Amino acid sequence: MTAHDPSSPGHTPDHPAVPSDPALRVKALESLLVAKGLVDPAAVDALVDTYEHKVGPRNGARVVARAWSDPAYKRRLLTDADAALAELGYGGLQGEHMVVVENTPAVHNLVVCTLCSCYPWPVLGLPPVWYKSSAYRSRVVMEPRGVLVEFGLTIAEDVEVRVWDSTAEVRYLVLPERPRGSETWNEVALAALVTRNAMIGVGTVVLPEAGGPA
Amino acid sequence: MNGVHDLGGMHGMGPIAPERDEPVFHTAWEGRAFGLTRAMGGLGLWSLDASRFQRERIAPADYFRLNYYERWIAALEALMLEHGLVTRAEIDHGRADPGATLRRPALTADQVPALIARGVPTRRDVAATARFGVGQRVHARNINPVAHTRLPRYVRGKTGTVDRDHGVFVFPDTNAMRQGEKPQHLYSVRFAARELWGDEAGRRDFVFLDLWDDYLGPA
Repeated sequence: MTAHDPSSPGHTPDHPAVPSDPALRVKALESLLVAKGLVDPAAVDALVDTYEHKVGPRNGARVVARAWSDPAYKRRLLTDADAALAELGYGGLQGEHMVVVENTPAVHNLVVCTLCSCYPWPVLGLPPVWYKSSAYRSRVVMEPRGVLVEFGLTIAEDVEVRVWDSTAEVRYLVLPERPRGSETWNEVALAALVTRNAMIGVGTVVLPEAGGPA
Repeated sequence: MNGVHDLGGMHGMGPIAPERDEPVFHTAWEGRAFGLTRAMGGLGLWSLDASRFQRERIAPADYFRLNYYERWIAALEALMLEHGLVTRAEIDHGRADPGATLRRPALTADQVPALIARGVPTRRDVAATARFGVGQRVHARNINPVAHTRLPRYVRGKTGTVDRDHGVFVFPDTNAMRQGEKPQHLYSVRFAARELWGDEAGRRDFVFLDLWDDYLGPA
């Protein structure tokens, strides 16, 4: 089957055509768009570089550590996330409208997009493959506790589980519980503890075995 | 549309398989596919809703077979064809047709930071009547449009409670089809898992969805 075979799967008037070898197909497409003046390859480089090296879960970790360290900031974050995130310089593409939900001893929040892959890019970067997978998207709204067990997290029966299905343009970030024993830790040390999974709600933040910052 | 992208509550998709130390892009072409899609999206010729609709229209068997960024590329090609930016022959041969002219200035690298910082806000500062209030019981309508919608099948016909009013947002069902933004209130609606999945679901489990005014009726 060649790429332009009209009998290839998906190549019907009703469905977008499907590339055969993706590496070759994407290379050919980029060459075409550059030749037509529709794409500047340096802009593609800049986009790739931004999400490979500049925007990622360290941003979200900084937000979480600030909220743990500064009760007034935490209040602002939970009531007007866009403004609170902007204080730290975060916002924009795929995080234009943000809501932060707080995990407590009584409530555990987790985030999904059952329809595609919506995810708060400015604070978490691009989503991991499992977040975009059919397995996570299909199951987590129906059996959240079972899914969490697969991530090594058992939620006590008396804890309420809230699943946020981001079906619109609002993006959700989970504010994890601050680990017990971290009271003396400063913001930088706290940020280093916060994982991406904890900010999606499929993990928790724990102190290293030895305890105490280096 | 009732496509396979609408996955909530389907069975048989297997275990979740997180990778250790997962890279942002697994191959160089994934990065290029991402960058090309965003660079073309940055021209402002089509909305994210229209992009999503093209991804949803990928034939079901292909949708499951394809890698995530392969779906993006398939949808990008479809959008560019729809807008007359490229021809089928050009895509198949990877070369511009003789005589093809420059259409418009491309997004440049120095425009990328501003594009990312600005994003594409979809909240609209226009007056719209909120038909529902926080705390009100609402019913998600049972609609089955063949066009784009962000009302998942698993909540259609179910009853929930308005948890918050996000304000006025662009309505994807019309926007994706280039039928206007139809701005209206968007609500976070809380559904009990037992309402969605029956008595075997957890008593303390809840699912929150962001639903537009047009998706809802009074309970």
